[in-house]
Amino acid sequence: MNDITAVAPRQNRFSWRALSPWLISAAVLLILPFVLDSGTAFTLMNVIAVNIVFALSYNMLLGQGGMLSFGHAVFFGLGSYAAMHAMNAIDEASYAGEGFWAHIPVVSMPLVGMIAGGLVALVIGWPFCRRAGTAFAMITLGLGEMVAAAGQMFPSVFGGEAGIYGNRMVGPQWFGLELAQATDVYWFMAFWTFLAVFAMWAFTRTPLGRMSNAVRDNPDRLQFIGYPPRNIRFMIFIASGSFGGLAGGMAAVNYEIITPEALGLIPSGLALLMAAVGGLGVFYGPIVGAIVVSLMNSMLSDYTEASILYVGLVFLAIVMFAPRGLGGGIEQVRVAAREGTLGKRLPGWLTGAVAVVLISLGLVLLIELLFQWRHGDDEFAQFFGLNFVAAEVMSWVWALLMFAAGVAVMRVTKKFREDNA
Amino acid sequence: MLKPIFTFLAASLLLVGTASAETVKLALIDPLTGPMAAAGQPAFEHLKYEAKRINANGGLNGQDLEIVGLDNKVNPQESLVQLQKAIDDGVRYVTQGNGSSVASALISAIEKHNQRNPGEEVLYLNYAAVDPAFTNERCSYWHFRFDANADMKMNALTDYIAANDDIKKVYLINQDYSFGQAVSKAAREMLKEKRPDIEIVGNDFHPLAKVKDFTPYVSKIQSSGADAVITGNWGQDITLLVKAAAEFGLEAPFFTYYGASSGVVTQLGDKGVDRIYQINEYYGEFEDPEMAKRQTELYEQTEWDFYYLRLSTMLDMLKKSADQAKSTDPVDVAKAMEGMKLETTTGEVVMRAEDHQIQLPMFISVMKDDMEYGAEGTDYNFKKVARIDREAVSLPTTCRMRRPK
Amino acid sequence: MLEIVIFSTLNGILYGLLLFMLSSGLTLIFSMMGVLNFAHASFYMLGAYFAYTMGMEIGFWPALLLAPILVGGLGAMVEKFGLRRVHENGHVAELLFTFGLAYVIDELVQLIWGTVAVSYREPDYMREPLFTLFGTDYSIFRGVVILIAVFMFIALWFLLKKTRVGMMIRAALTHGNMVGHLGHNVPRLFMGVFGFGCALAGLAGVIGGPLLATEPGMAVTLGPIVFVVVVVGGMGSLIGAFYASLLIGLIQTFFVAIDASIADILNAFGMNVDPYGEVTGITLASLAPMTPFILLVLILIFRPRGLMGELEP
Repeated sequence: MNDITAVAPRQNRFSWRALSPWLISAAVLLILPFVLDSGTAFTLMNVIAVNIVFALSYNMLLGQGGMLSFGHAVFFGLGSYAAMHAMNAIDEASYAGEGFWAHIPVVSMPLVGMIAGGLVALVIGWPFCRRAGTAFAMITLGLGEMVAAAGQMFPSVFGGEAGIYGNRMVGPQWFGLELAQATDVYWFMAFWTFLAVFAMWAFTRTPLGRMSNAVRDNPDRLQFIGYPPRNIRFMIFIASGSFGGLAGGMAAVNYEIITPEALGLIPSGLALLMAAVGGLGVFYGPIVGAIVVSLMNSMLSDYTEASILYVGLVFLAIVMFAPRGLGGGIEQVRVAAREGTLGKRLPGWLTGAVAVVLISLGLVLLIELLFQWRHGDDEFAQFFGLNFVAAEVMSWVWALLMFAAGVAVMRVTKKFREDNA
Repeated sequence: MLKPIFTFLAASLLLVGTASAETVKLALIDPLTGPMAAAGQPAFEHLKYEAKRINANGGLNGQDLEIVGLDNKVNPQESLVQLQKAIDDGVRYVTQGNGSSVASALISAIEKHNQRNPGEEVLYLNYAAVDPAFTNERCSYWHFRFDANADMKMNALTDYIAANDDIKKVYLINQDYSFGQAVSKAAREMLKEKRPDIEIVGNDFHPLAKVKDFTPYVSKIQSSGADAVITGNWGQDITLLVKAAAEFGLEAPFFTYYGASSGVVTQLGDKGVDRIYQINEYYGEFEDPEMAKRQTELYEQTEWDFYYLRLSTMLDMLKKSADQAKSTDPVDVAKAMEGMKLETTTGEVVMRAEDHQIQLPMFISVMKDDMEYGAEGTDYNFKKVARIDREAVSLPTTCRMRRPK
Repeated sequence: MLEIVIFSTLNGILYGLLLFMLSSGLTLIFSMMGVLNFAHASFYMLGAYFAYTMGMEIGFWPALLLAPILVGGLGAMVEKFGLRRVHENGHVAELLFTFGLAYVIDELVQLIWGTVAVSYREPDYMREPLFTLFGTDYSIFRGVVILIAVFMFIALWFLLKKTRVGMMIRAALTHGNMVGHLGHNVPRLFMGVFGFGCALAGLAGVIGGPLLATEPGMAVTLGPIVFVVVVVGGMGSLIGAFYASLLIGLIQTFFVAIDASIADILNAFGMNVDPYGEVTGITLASLAPMTPFILLVLILIFRPRGLMGELEP
């Protein structure tokens, strides 16, 4: 009864359908700068590009390898530092007119970062990879703390609090990219992002990539068939560290400054956040997560004082109610479309979405009112052109009503949604 | 959850330069949310309050001054994103103070932006990032510092200590990073020069914001027999240190840079009285009744204290420069601002043209009880102990400033 | 010299005991449920803030009793409505949940009590010196802290070793399914343990707040060290956590008192190293707060089951 092709080994045959996401992505990357052309848009896109690679590299460890790490920023940061020192070396060598570095273009900095990240992972990774799970998480936590502290203690390498800064407009300029404006940098970013994403995707199709899934799901069995889990984990660690370093190299060119804070727990936590929100089980999940979280981080605080709280709540909500993340949700829709069951499932999903929207709006309103009431601002929350003032009871009533309505919809339609799922 | 996403997706994608012809925007890039918000929020409120006064007096060359707040969570890279947002929004003046790492990023970024975008120059008014490098080896024409730098403060502090014959042994304790190390180095060098007989009986460094329990350090200070302690600690590091000292009955006074930052007074209470000193351009009470009135009004309106006199100085000097240059273009204002003299409530201050470092008198003050104007809603505040004149505070500079043609 | 040793020992023990109070709850939760509760330090913070607010109305001692109960109740609710739902998705999902929870609790605390530290202080009569040694005062409050911590240890030990509930908990650690088969209500046991663990953290907060500081960042700074204690002490071992806390407390405190730099140590072995170099100039004193993490990494590499644990994590 089962279609044999479902269990037969997948053939890596060329097909237009498989190629289409890549073609579409490339097209989007090419068109985007002409659609959104404000300075802020470019700045944000560059930031998002770095974060996409960072989050994807993190997911190589967590989503694919099952290794939860709290020290991923170490590779990112050290890769960034390496690239920054390299840029300064290029600057000096170009000025002097001679030397190895005078021939290296700034656009190759991500490679420098990649090598640095990979080397670090190679050197320190072996003792770490003995166990996965909680032990691995704790050891990376300790590592992260130590490297972050070292960052403050060795100013000649890390530049102290002010960090190391550089100039990306130095050295040989390939492809006519001066890298002066954010627009130039965009092309640099788009190129490396596309390349890195493709490379990481290709990695998942290699035997090592498949085995990383195995080491996540059933390390004992892997051991039985002759592949020591520790070695596999070590190799994944190096791969993940390399791509983390690559993201760091991109960041070095983008920001032209790197400080020791980039090594610590907070950016490591950010990687986890982006990957989890986007969805650990889907390859492109972290891409979605990186976009959403980066936007929330940079833009939300313009609109509300509770921005960090919202990020935390979104994270919690996803972990509790949608553990497959935003990417998982997209996959569900996509698979349903492909199987032709979309029409059947859509009403259920839509009602669920309506309930979620209501609950979220109610919650957001409640939180905003709470903040106002606490801080006594003379501004008020504006929703759909209506003003909600903390002093008026009606505002609170509306918030609670919305929230309750959402929960009610959720409850009432539960059977309906389950039937149609 | 989706609506806010769409709202700012739309807003962020459609951000075009929306410079209003009528207002001049000054963007504050500082932590407004998160654990460091207590450092950025009071500055924001203070700026908004003072801007109202400036606008009532004619604004900047007739144009109103508007303060825009951009949250950077003390992250240098995030600050660059916020800077770009500000520039897109038509902002030509940026101010910041919390974190030399952020300041470093901003100085570099603004230099490059001004170089790569002539006609769209941005000016950076630094109100609290005290790394001496910013007006020495990293000085920039587009950067003006309104706070005495760390070396200047040490200069003033060591003058006071040198004049005090009772102090024979000094203990140094600082945070283990570039600022703390700079404070320690400056203290040792300047004390040796001014009072070679003073013995440095300790020179400790502890990791930044990691130590929860300072009792071991206090034990060390106690057994060293120090007559005074000098520390550049800020944040919880200063509070916990002085708290531990008080609990242990350590009598030696603590000379600090940031003894009066928000939260310290509330947490220390009587443990800080007659124990914690600070070097600052201001202390807790104004003799001038006009300033005293502003002090009380600000607290009533915003629940934050008026303790950034240098912010008021900064805005006053900005106004004077704009009025003098008859323009609000940063290029003209910068030209007018260097070398400018301004009368303030503590005396005359000068923005030295050589390095864009403000020259101003400093004060040593000590925490006292029963103050008429208590800080943070308590009865405690800092009371003036000594004044160090502007000329004595001043230090030479190594700045070789590259000026635009 | 003797002064330094005596005070370092006293301070080290005090700090270690505080760490123990904070991590005992986590040890229980971790041992029993395999959940590394990232939000544990946040419950510690809640304990301090609750005690601060309650203490203003009802006084220190009643708050000492009530605040932990409140925190424990909150913990039980979190387990029932949050953690339980995530439990089926595995350990990683649970960790992620507690991670997000920590975030949210930290932000809510800032929302309610503000971003500036609050002046949560011990009662005035406890600030008097208990004794004075070499000119330094040791306040009554510190003595009280030591007493409470020791009392807590004894009570916990008693609970685990001598009561039925303790027996169930120890059994569930290694044979969770069997305990369920024997008819005990395992979910309720989990909820109780989680709540109790959080209550312990809250109690630590009531004591630690006046001692260290009561401010919104207190969870973030103390959090990682607590994990170190649990891992170094060993999963499932309360005594291990006790020893680990004291060890870390003493090492950190003693290192601070030692001004010897790496150069000094190397030179004592006969090498000739520049005492002012960037690496060689680092003193043990400045390394002190990093020692827990160095210990963590070393233990995980060489002896992953910790000092006294029976299982590897």
